[in-house]
Amino acid sequence: MRIPFAALIGLFFTGLYFFMAIFADFIAPYGMAEVVGNSWEPASWAHWLGTDTIGRDLLSRMIYGGQTTIFIATAATLLSFSLGSVLGFFAAVKGGLVDQVLSRGVDLMMSIPSLISALVVLSVMPVTLPVLILVMGILDSTRVFRLSRAVAVDINVMDYVEAARLRGEKQMWIIFREILPNALSPLVAEMGLRFIFAVLFISTLSFLGLGVQPPMADWGGIVKENKDGIAYGVMAGLIPAFAIASLAISVNLVADWVLTRTTSLKGGRG
Amino acid sequence: MSDALLEVKGLKIEATAYPPGEPPRDITIVEGVSFAVEKGKVLGLIGESGAGKSTIGLSAMAYGRGGVRITGGEVFVNGRDILKAGPAGLRALRGREVTYVAQSAAAAFNPAKKLMEQVIETTLHHGLMTRAEAEERAVSLFTQLGLPNPETIGNRYPHQVSGGQLQRVMTAMALCPKPDLVIFDEPTTALDVTTQIEVLAAIKRAIVETGVAALYITHDLAVVAQIADHILVLRGGHMVEYGTTDHIINAPSEAYTQALVSVRSITHKEKTGGTPVLSVKGITARYRGTKFDVLKDVTVDLPEAQTLAIVGESGSGKSTLARVITGLLPPSKGEITFAGRSLPADFEQRSRDDLREVQMIYQMADVAMNPRQTVGTIIGRPLEFYFGLRGEAKRKRIQELLDEIEMGEGFIDRYPAELSGGQKQRVCIARALAAKPRMIICDEVTSALDPLVADGILKLLLNLQKIENVAYLFITHDLATVRAIADSIAVMYQGRVVRYGSKTDVLSPPFDDYTDLLLSSVPEMELGWLERTIANRKMEAAGN
Repeated sequence: MRIPFAALIGLFFTGLYFFMAIFADFIAPYGMAEVVGNSWEPASWAHWLGTDTIGRDLLSRMIYGGQTTIFIATAATLLSFSLGSVLGFFAAVKGGLVDQVLSRGVDLMMSIPSLISALVVLSVMPVTLPVLILVMGILDSTRVFRLSRAVAVDINVMDYVEAARLRGEKQMWIIFREILPNALSPLVAEMGLRFIFAVLFISTLSFLGLGVQPPMADWGGIVKENKDGIAYGVMAGLIPAFAIASLAISVNLVADWVLTRTTSLKGGRG
Repeated sequence: MSDALLEVKGLKIEATAYPPGEPPRDITIVEGVSFAVEKGKVLGLIGESGAGKSTIGLSAMAYGRGGVRITGGEVFVNGRDILKAGPAGLRALRGREVTYVAQSAAAAFNPAKKLMEQVIETTLHHGLMTRAEAEERAVSLFTQLGLPNPETIGNRYPHQVSGGQLQRVMTAMALCPKPDLVIFDEPTTALDVTTQIEVLAAIKRAIVETGVAALYITHDLAVVAQIADHILVLRGGHMVEYGTTDHIINAPSEAYTQALVSVRSITHKEKTGGTPVLSVKGITARYRGTKFDVLKDVTVDLPEAQTLAIVGESGSGKSTLARVITGLLPPSKGEITFAGRSLPADFEQRSRDDLREVQMIYQMADVAMNPRQTVGTIIGRPLEFYFGLRGEAKRKRIQELLDEIEMGEGFIDRYPAELSGGQKQRVCIARALAAKPRMIICDEVTSALDPLVADGILKLLLNLQKIENVAYLFITHDLATVRAIADSIAVMYQGRVVRYGSKTDVLSPPFDDYTDLLLSSVPEMELGWLERTIANRKMEAAGN
């Protein structure tokens, strides 16, 4: 199997970020909340990226922050996809009243901007990781629901689905064996995008102070802590932004490659 | 140059394939094709799908569709090599000297513009006539092509005329700028036989009266025999045989041409009597939310291990009957009895055995199989679902079924996209057989296939009937297929059964009007058939 060059780059950087996130405890040169120097020290051999607003090692903060951000985003994306796609397929296959109730419910949720709903919910709930993941996952699942329902409605009228129905197959078989494999391509493409939106969303929440709570690090929080430095020419606040951008591009390079593989109707045998 | 209007020499056409994960490579679609068309003559290009006939036809306008490139040879129109003409030269050629009639008129017309606008558009664009002159010419062409209300039909929109009329309007569009050559690309393929004969006669008359030369592209040798002076038989982008129509039809020298000419020569001895496995009584049905009965009081019987053909043109309700029998569309009146027991109207109420014993084969094998499942899964699922077969036993039975459909080893792990059209339909047959049904509904199973492939499928179905004792409800619009396979026939027209009985009875006179029209509209592979049929009809009309 030949992997295209772009996908190799994507795989390398995505792999690197995930590796650092998983093994943060072993890789990070200093502790997450350990004060090791003066505030906003420039980059040096001891502190590759310098120090932050209260003198913590920025590289260690970035690595631990990546762990939190990537973990929350991954969990929220998985939740939104399992929830959204299953409900979307179900609505498409069932049609009628089930479809109406689910679709209008989703419309209702989507009519409120997701950042606003998240802020409202998080201001009354305790801000813990499971709550964050749940809120983000459910809010994002409305988009996945729409996409998967639209895709499944088209597949649902194909003759092979009719043949499966006439054979007497149950809904489960029709959803997971007939429709899901054919709906995978658009869902994979969307997943790459949604993951990045989740990274941005959790970063936004943390920036606003309603996401990950200090002293825990996450990329949005690092921007918030160091944003005042930008006025003095300190780059610390821009480093998480660079991390988010490069992660976004590399994840989507991988998603594109997976997409061409799943689009192949010959089992990827070319 | 000779006096040939169009002369093609050593044509070579290539395209670039982009296999996923591999570097792109060039493939040759057409090679070494040479022919000539004289003024006022018609050349028929014939071949199966993928033979390159449309690609060659479009090369007469120096046009390559969808990334196809003309890479070699010469194409002379009126003595000019149009491959060297350059963009301005081509603009002057296309739509003026050479025009084109597409296969699906419904898809080729702009639905938002009136017909007249579109018919005279090219003529005005080239500045050949004033608007008034062009409209006058269009109206006279409409008259020539036998369109109703030629004065006003141009004010209608495409959806306001029938498919056969639209095809004739498109012919008028092509003839309007007084071209030297018209390319007809399967102009009657999408039409019913009764409509096809009218359009064919109109096109032929227009060709004769305007003296235009034509390239007529089709896969139906019987059709091209009616209209062409010469025929070029193509296969896989190469010339197989090139000669006069008389020579190709009556004395073909190549084996492939002979096979094309003698296609549909299956003989099937009709069976009679027998106890019905399926009885349909007084079925009336309509689609949800409509007030129009698509089926009206339909009553037919299908005896055990025999074939009942349901014949009719599109819109006659024959596919709806299949939906009623399978339980997809519960009827508003009437009853279905299967193997002595009454079948619930809705398939969701039917038992697993009810579902197992009535299987269905679809027209488009492409969409009847899940593209993400291997052949093994597609055929294996009914075995697992109905008989609980697993593992080695299942695999063995799948291979037996593959042997039965004459496909042999090495197909189990393939995906549908890795099969040819005929193989796909065979896999669908195997999937139906896997359920050990007593009856299979075949909905136009051969109409999407090339004639030789369709022949193979029909032979296979007949063989399987002998081995498996399965009854077929065979829905088709093609009377040649009916002759080949049926034991009894029901002719449907506008939702009613207008004629029903054994094959011999239905196909012998005296006929009712509709059956007569239907039977006499099927093109026969014989020179002069079109003229004779039209003349007969005129005489009958005059006699009445």
